[in-house]
Amino acid sequence: MLTAPHILVAMIVLPLLGSILNGLVLRPAFPKRAGVIATFFSGAAFVCALSLFFALGDSPQGISWSVSWFDVGEIHQKWGFKFDSLTAVMALVVTGIGTLIHLYSIGYMSEEKGPSRYFAYLNLFLFNMLVLITSDNLLGLFVGWEGVGLCSYLLIGYWYEDIDKAKAGMKAFLVNRIGDAGFLIGIFYCYQLFNTIRFDEIAQLLATSSQFDLHLLNVAAFFLFIGATGKSAQIPLYVWLPDAMAGPTPVSALIHAATMVTAGVYLICRMNFLYMLTSDTNAIIAWVGVATALFAALIATAQKDIKKVLAYSTVSQLGLMFLAVGCKAYFAAVFHLMTHAFFKALLFLGAGSVIHGLHGEQNICLMGGLRKKMPGTFLTCLIATAAICGIPPLSGFFSKDTILFSALASGTTQSNLLWVLGLVASTLTAFYMTRMFVLVFLGNYRGEGHPHESPFVMMFPLILLAVGSALSGFLGVPHGLHLMPNFLEHYLSKVLVEFPEQATAVSEHSAMCIATGLALAGMSVAYFFYGKLSRAEKSQKVLRPLQFVFANKFWVDELYGVLFVIPFQWISRFFSKIIDPLAIDGLALLPARISSGVAIVLNVLQSGLVQFYLIILLLGGLWVLWYSLKGWVI
Amino acid sequence: MTDSLLPLLLFVPIIGIILCLPFSQQLARWVALLTSLVGVVLAIILYQEFDGSGSEKLQLAWSFPWISSYGIKFALAVDGLSFPLVLLTKVMMPIALLASWGEDRRLRSFMSCFLFLDFAMTGTFLATDLFLFYVFWELMLIPMILLIGVWGSQNRIYAALKFFLFTFAGSVLMLVAILWLFGEYRAQFGAYTGEIALLSKVVFSNQPIFWGLTTQDLIFWGFTLAFLIKVPLFPLHTWLPDAHVQAPTGGSVLLAAVLLKMGTYGLMRFSIPFCPEAFIKAVPILSTLSLVGIVYGAWVAFQQTDMKKLVAYSSVSHLGFVVLGLCALNREGLTGSVLQVINHGVSSGALFVLVGILYERRHSREFEDFGGLATVMPRYAFFLVFVACSSMAVPGLNGFVGEFLILLGAFKAKPIWTYIAVSAALFGALYLLVMIRQVLFGPLNSGENKNLKDLSTRDWVSLVPITVMILMLGMSPNFLLRKIDPALDSFWKTSLQKGQSSVEAKAKPGGKV
Repeated sequence: MLTAPHILVAMIVLPLLGSILNGLVLRPAFPKRAGVIATFFSGAAFVCALSLFFALGDSPQGISWSVSWFDVGEIHQKWGFKFDSLTAVMALVVTGIGTLIHLYSIGYMSEEKGPSRYFAYLNLFLFNMLVLITSDNLLGLFVGWEGVGLCSYLLIGYWYEDIDKAKAGMKAFLVNRIGDAGFLIGIFYCYQLFNTIRFDEIAQLLATSSQFDLHLLNVAAFFLFIGATGKSAQIPLYVWLPDAMAGPTPVSALIHAATMVTAGVYLICRMNFLYMLTSDTNAIIAWVGVATALFAALIATAQKDIKKVLAYSTVSQLGLMFLAVGCKAYFAAVFHLMTHAFFKALLFLGAGSVIHGLHGEQNICLMGGLRKKMPGTFLTCLIATAAICGIPPLSGFFSKDTILFSALASGTTQSNLLWVLGLVASTLTAFYMTRMFVLVFLGNYRGEGHPHESPFVMMFPLILLAVGSALSGFLGVPHGLHLMPNFLEHYLSKVLVEFPEQATAVSEHSAMCIATGLALAGMSVAYFFYGKLSRAEKSQKVLRPLQFVFANKFWVDELYGVLFVIPFQWISRFFSKIIDPLAIDGLALLPARISSGVAIVLNVLQSGLVQFYLIILLLGGLWVLWYSLKGWVI
Repeated sequence: MTDSLLPLLLFVPIIGIILCLPFSQQLARWVALLTSLVGVVLAIILYQEFDGSGSEKLQLAWSFPWISSYGIKFALAVDGLSFPLVLLTKVMMPIALLASWGEDRRLRSFMSCFLFLDFAMTGTFLATDLFLFYVFWELMLIPMILLIGVWGSQNRIYAALKFFLFTFAGSVLMLVAILWLFGEYRAQFGAYTGEIALLSKVVFSNQPIFWGLTTQDLIFWGFTLAFLIKVPLFPLHTWLPDAHVQAPTGGSVLLAAVLLKMGTYGLMRFSIPFCPEAFIKAVPILSTLSLVGIVYGAWVAFQQTDMKKLVAYSSVSHLGFVVLGLCALNREGLTGSVLQVINHGVSSGALFVLVGILYERRHSREFEDFGGLATVMPRYAFFLVFVACSSMAVPGLNGFVGEFLILLGAFKAKPIWTYIAVSAALFGALYLLVMIRQVLFGPLNSGENKNLKDLSTRDWVSLVPITVMILMLGMSPNFLLRKIDPALDSFWKTSLQKGQSSVEAKAKPGGKV
């Protein structure tokens, strides 16, 4: 009899099986079937997630399964998995969108010689992501966390013959490892504080006891957040994500937009019982979030590579999610995470469709007029762009407004300022997204290729994602609108604490109107400037200094290079070329040197020349003679 | 059968050597391999027979009198500390032999050296008599020097000499400490003995006799310096890169997988139980050196362009973790150290096997000769990335559990230790990723590499067991922990805690011991 825990295990393990099949077993035999196999296993995981969703129903207890991992003294660490409502939302998004992207990849990678490796990585990623979101303890989450990082590294560097792409993968992995070090320290603090790292036990302890040192709680929360800044590309560790665009575009859609990069948001939402108490850390999180949202949005306004625009947009949107969790609005963060997964995956896949249709062209200045050549891509991207800009009643409108209103209603001293900055960031979003959309799809074609629409296997996922981008917002319509119940918030209320809403100066209705008005304004400005090329050029002249700064991404990569990378290289070279061979080895060999030096001196005495020995003998004899006669003579 | 299991484990390699002699050079290889496989079977039996529940510490004991007038016996036994290392030795033997399968010079002697090394290593771990231990410890040097000096690369004589001098300098100090300890025991109990369990009952006076150091301190450092050279702990590590680079592949595998473990084994078996208080006093020095080693080893590894040298320096970094875990003085750190010892043996042994595979085909270990190998050797690329992941402690693989426990233990002892050591998460990944990028990725530009053959059957035979071990130790290390945990628990209580509490008692003003 197949019980729910079995299905849970099956959901996690199926993609791993697919990965092993494609990567290790069938590899030489079935290169062309790889995509189908991988999609099948991913789809099977989605079916499992669906049936778990129905099996879970409204029960507050999750479905769980565990087996021992290691026992050391009092530590009894298990491989423990739990499927509760938060996991359900994540698992449906991950496996659902994941399966669509697998399907899309069949078309996108059709020109590859042997995509087995690609699909093996993709399945492996799905497995690790599922481990991440189903683990019932911090260490299990960390396993998935590192695993997705590894898959991200492998997929970014998928075309490894291009050394720059291999380097981009490395950069992603290493920058993430900085965050991971923080994550590990956070785990150690949790051990120290609670003596356990299981989520339900920590929640229990925090709920029943108030004797915990608030300062230590803040420190633990802060270190876990450092981990989140790595994985979710926040200041100061965001630098890897734009480079990660070196990977195949479906990878960018799945890993670097919809799923993996949201893991940091998921981590904080999962630990919401801890973050409820840590106001100091929350302030840091909110400010880092809003700063990242603004900063990345500014950079996005001047990028020419279609994937770079979307990458910075992702960084910016993730910043908004961190703004939400910093304001204790965990539901808002998860809601935006979900809607963002739909429309950002769609935008990336649309971009992939454009790149595929233009045979690899990624510069938006060399596109234009694709509305006629690629009507399907055009329509779906229109929906996604409108959704991300926050046009009602598309999904982005509801989720972004929930975040912005939460910032306003969070009741901290800076809430008004956070709200205004969040508004600016979302206005900028409307601006750069419209800019990109106009440059790609409207006007006349400026390139030299022969654009063509993508095949059905790629269009089908676009259409489904467009439906999701359009409608998923209705799952979480804000209460303030009094339109319909907020299904999602109710569903998640078993795991996420309720948002402590405070009275605000601006009502929710007015806040929405302001946000929508600003979004429309941002879109109009972008359309005004970029709709006609002559105007675009004029505007370029006026804004050139600013554009220059944005296009060069504020030189952050260069700054990090000078501050960290180059000094590290110098120091390590100094160690390995000077200190190790000369100082340490030299010192260790000093006794050997001394004895060989003494030996050289003594060697002279044993030259083997009989004459030399005779002279010494003679001198010695004379000395003895002199010594013995000395007393008599004097 | 069970009574004679340990002597069998010990002497089967000797039988192998005798069998090697009458056969032709080519057949000697097969005799050696078969002998080592018998060793694996015996190790599996040992795993079955060994009772880790802790009712009896020393198990399967076997002994006969040797030098009776001084109480010295030829005594063998196994306990929770030596048990995993004996398994590791036996399992890595066939892998090391296969790694050097391509050797064709003086095969009979070559194989005899390996088998003799097997004998000496097993004896070192099994000996329960201090004198016998010392004999095996010195015996181990001889075949290793020959392996490096006769079958090594260009600069082999220098490396062999350096290896010998470093290790022997430590051994001499240890010998002095052993004799001193024998004398102390006789002064207190009226008779000589070599039995380790009895020797650890010696009580030392607290009178400083030399520069403020007590007898206990001096004996402790006599033992410990010998072991730290073997570990090797920064700054005593400079013999290691030379020895690794010059040694034949199989020698490197055993050197990394087993020989270095003698150092940490010695610390746990002798230094700490004999002189627990001196160890507690030495913790600040040892922890500082291990932290420096962790970071320093990784940084220097990052600059290497020779694959073997890179792995050698990574050993300095990884074994720094082991010493740090011991310094944490708690259960997590201790268990982490023991696991890390095994994990490092498996992972770095595997890395040397992989470097050897390339060397065999291309006679180079330099980055600049490679690049883009993933295209011509995809299966090799898989294993290199997989083993690198295990070495950089990707969770789910073997490296992680040990490192995690050490870091946790260090955090409980002194958070600052963890803040420093955790940086290895970054640097440890850095040099391995650089190696992967230089060797596997990029365009395949050298014409000589275009026809490189992917893994042979022999490579598969040695890599698959390693992969299985990496996964088992990573996913479910309980199969091992179950057997050694009680022993570690009692080690922790009798040695570490005892030493700590007595040092604390002395530190109190007016406190008495």
